[in-house]
Amino acid sequence: MKVTNFALVGVGGQGVLLASDILAEVGVQAGLDVKKSEVHGMAQRGGSVLSQVRWGDKVYAPLVGKGEVDYLVSFELLEGLRWLQFLNKEGMAIVNDQRLPPLAVSSGGMEYPAQEQIEKALSEASREYHIVPALARAQELGTERATNVVLMGALSKYLDVSEEHWLKVIEERVPKKYVELNRKAFAAGRGL
Amino acid sequence: MKVLLSGNEAVARGAYESGVVFASAYPGTPSTEILENIVQYDEIYAEWSPNEKVALDAAIGAAYAGKRALAAMKHVGLNVAAEALFYSSHTGFDGALVIVNADDPGMHSSQNEQDNRHYAKFAKVPMLEPTDSQEAKDFVGSALDVSEEFDTPVLLRLSTRICHSSALVELGERKAAKDERKPFVHNPMKYSMIPGFARRRHPVMEQRLKDLAEYAETFPYNKVEWGDRSLGVVANGVAYQYAREVFPEASFLRLGMSWPLPEKLIRDFASQVDKVVVVEELDPFLEEHLKIMGIEVAAGKEFFPILDEFNPGIVRDAAYEAGLVEETVEVQKVDTGELPPRPPVLCAGCPHRPVYYMLKKYGLVVNSDIGCYALAVLPPIATTDTLGCMGASIGVAHGINKAGVEERAVATIGDSTLWHAGMPGLLNVVYNKSNTVTIILDNLTTAMTGHQPHPSTGRTLKGEETVKADFEALARAMGYEEVRTVDPLNLKELEEGLKASLDSNKPAVLVTRSPCIFLYDERPPIYEVDLERCNACGLCFEIGCPAIIRSDEIHEKSGEAKAEINSILCFGCDVCEQVCARNAIHKVEE
Repeated sequence: MKVTNFALVGVGGQGVLLASDILAEVGVQAGLDVKKSEVHGMAQRGGSVLSQVRWGDKVYAPLVGKGEVDYLVSFELLEGLRWLQFLNKEGMAIVNDQRLPPLAVSSGGMEYPAQEQIEKALSEASREYHIVPALARAQELGTERATNVVLMGALSKYLDVSEEHWLKVIEERVPKKYVELNRKAFAAGRGL
Repeated sequence: MKVLLSGNEAVARGAYESGVVFASAYPGTPSTEILENIVQYDEIYAEWSPNEKVALDAAIGAAYAGKRALAAMKHVGLNVAAEALFYSSHTGFDGALVIVNADDPGMHSSQNEQDNRHYAKFAKVPMLEPTDSQEAKDFVGSALDVSEEFDTPVLLRLSTRICHSSALVELGERKAAKDERKPFVHNPMKYSMIPGFARRRHPVMEQRLKDLAEYAETFPYNKVEWGDRSLGVVANGVAYQYAREVFPEASFLRLGMSWPLPEKLIRDFASQVDKVVVVEELDPFLEEHLKIMGIEVAAGKEFFPILDEFNPGIVRDAAYEAGLVEETVEVQKVDTGELPPRPPVLCAGCPHRPVYYMLKKYGLVVNSDIGCYALAVLPPIATTDTLGCMGASIGVAHGINKAGVEERAVATIGDSTLWHAGMPGLLNVVYNKSNTVTIILDNLTTAMTGHQPHPSTGRTLKGEETVKADFEALARAMGYEEVRTVDPLNLKELEEGLKASLDSNKPAVLVTRSPCIFLYDERPPIYEVDLERCNACGLCFEIGCPAIIRSDEIHEKSGEAKAEINSILCFGCDVCEQVCARNAIHKVEE
């Protein structure tokens, strides 16, 4: 199996790192070689976050450069644009439709990109893109915090990995009392 | 069983499996999680020491006691601990010592970029470098074996990408540890480095290096992987993995031991390939050695950058420039327009913010230090003039005040940073009598690296209760007469304390004490803006709080946006209410 490259991006605190943990474990469950790479420390204080997962028969590098990502999953619209150059032109972008204006917008003079501008850039840079209401689905289930698992559900539809592996990892990774909630969040994501 | 482990988790597991009984460190990205993971093993005593020098001295003591010991630190931590590295290289041990060093190419979380392979050569000690998590685990054991066999400390060099990448690792059992008590080996000629004894140790070290170079020839992780012999790639660390992606057909010499180098192995490899290229992050360490050996390097640092962290794209672009590969990855030119940046910021409610807000008002030369408050260098706070390394703030402020400029210079330093490297500087101010005000930003934790305990938190790494060291008593014991403590979230109290400290014109210490927001069990009541009262004067924006944002409501006369408070981010610190001249900000009624 050829190596598949994922980039998960968002804002510190949105649950990007937990989502990439789940994605990486799914690869392990599926019997693949897996590597995952992320940045800790100062970069996490409300800043832009990038985590990468790679899986296949044999993976050497734990990350890839610009133009090499097959699936870009963004937890926020602006961050989707920021990391778009990592996508290869045959790649797919899945973007949560949430807007989190950074300080430069909320109290500085800069503008948040317009919806048309975002969609235009996404359509130019990808073979296929989906802007999905993951936050809204999570809120319907009662908690914003499940947004990351909704997004993993949305991603899972496009991957050749059995749903069982995903459900098993969610069961193992999530505290017992939240397992049912996260199963529902995953199912909601698959339905997007 | 194979499990996904980060490099740091793997090192911790390696310490467990290889019979380590003592581990010490000071937290520092990217190395912090090593000790945070070691602490799960009851068989290993583990501690946060006040700084890396103390951590290394303590680990050396454990190795003198005949045990297997580990000390961990980030690259600049080894600068702090360098003196201990050098004497321990002279003495060796009855037990064994691995020093885990984590470099930070690209400076994700550091004040400078440096290649610590030079320390191995400089201190005449061996260095091992893993290329993934499996090797990170295995090399802990290899390093301890080498330490025992050759009577030397061994450096294990990781990089941010090894520390924070996860890969599959095969777990093993713990090797029986030497944790029995036995008599101390009294051998002052070996362990007491007075000049006369150190002179006898130096030739021993030189012979040891020769023996280690012999050993390097057969070290199992120095190995040749034959492929197409038209291109021979010499690589180490994570750069090996990137080079593997870029040159799938080439022959490789991967060097798991980066000092001393296996010259025979390198010569044999070089003689059997048409051309040699060296792919290494940061400095041309291997490349220079190959050139000294007279080996022609077809592509090295003139193509593969000396700056910043690599990734496969950077290595591929450089290889393309060098004519080593025929094509590189096409990066799409997508017009996204200029995107608003999203740098990390001090949290809403952070007790450091009002201190800098106040310092700005007084027009001081602000000398700062290493911690979350380094974020005060950049807008929206932008109230820092100098920032160098752990503990530098106080010495630099003292020097500026003694040399004399129009403004007063002050120092700002966090609680954990003061214990780490601030005490000698603090003593210097009072001993040599400058009018420097040192502001100790005490948020009761080591916040930036993830809230580790330190000597004034009353807790150890193992979660035991302990003493709470006292900044105010420390300053008085040093001879300070001007010692004040204020709550930085009370602006009036903060300003009075600052003003009195400056006005005294003496050496002064101002402790601003308020917990990091991550230490609260629940969020305090939050605040909101009364848009009827707000006249868009903008005073509250000057605080630089991410929770205070421009609302859609425009003030008729001025045409400026009125303020709004983001109810998700607000942490109820109350500072904006104190700043507002119109009484337009108040607590949200429950």
